[in-house]
Amino acid sequence: MTLADYRKSRGEPAIQEAHEAAHSEKHPSAREYIAIGLVLGAITAAEVALYYIDISRNVLLTALAIMSIAKFTLVVMWFMHLKFDNKLFTYLFLLGLLGAIALFTIVLVTSAADVV
Amino acid sequence: MAHASTAHLETSTGIDNRKLLMWFFLSSDCLFFGSFIAAYLLYRDRSLVGPYPEDLFDIPFTSVSAFVLLMSSVSMVLALAAIQRGNVRGMQIWLFTTAMLGALFIAGQVYEFTEFHHEGLSLSTNLFGTTFFVLTGFHGAHVTIGVLILLSLFVYSLRGGIQQKDSLNVELAGLYWHFVDIVWIVIFTLIYLVQP
Repeated sequence: MTLADYRKSRGEPAIQEAHEAAHSEKHPSAREYIAIGLVLGAITAAEVALYYIDISRNVLLTALAIMSIAKFTLVVMWFMHLKFDNKLFTYLFLLGLLGAIALFTIVLVTSAADVV
Repeated sequence: MAHASTAHLETSTGIDNRKLLMWFFLSSDCLFFGSFIAAYLLYRDRSLVGPYPEDLFDIPFTSVSAFVLLMSSVSMVLALAAIQRGNVRGMQIWLFTTAMLGALFIAGQVYEFTEFHHEGLSLSTNLFGTTFFVLTGFHGAHVTIGVLILLSLFVYSLRGGIQQKDSLNVELAGLYWHFVDIVWIVIFTLIYLVQP
């Protein structure tokens, strides 16, 4: 019995139908992708401008962190389609990302490094 | 919008195995780059001899490089959008644009490395040099591999090898390319903009 037959015997939708259902939310249009690209460019320009402005280091670090996370999220959610794709991909990516953050934190904290 | 190439696959998860494998790889690559970034931040201030980051970094130049790589992500996603609509010509144009922007980024990195070398920084000069070159060098290697993948896809498409039903091939290349871009987003902020 093929997987398709098995799913049919259990009354489950065919993979094709399931896949289309998972993608029922429409992907952005080319115009929206370009708009996101412009936002990414603008955030990068703002980051560089902040670097040259004489502000306190804590404010600089906070602002850079927020802008960097915003750029990261825009690319991952829209360009890599995690917002529209199967949630399994999101969980997989978060696994690696959180692992990296954990590794990062453990290494730097145990080394008592003044990293920023 | 359904992905035509994956619509006929029967797997236990309902997900194309190649795409699943790509996400596994990207997840593991997070740890790969996370380790190098942590090593850089840990050791950059512990060099006993110069040159130091503040002596070398050219922020305007690197900002342009970062912008180029960001825009290559836009052209990459436009290539995918084109082939998913069945626009092969559009995909070819955007794929080639992405590859050229990637090559431009690599050219910038080669220039930067050469300048740093002339200033006296090598892989073995100090801890800053070691961790910086290893981190950015591996990122550059990822970009170079990405450019080769994109050019391969471009040539393959010129020979009629990529149609709308094969859009997954472009999507997989795109996932890899966007990942390289987000790694640079982190590197640009943590390594270049946040200096000791």
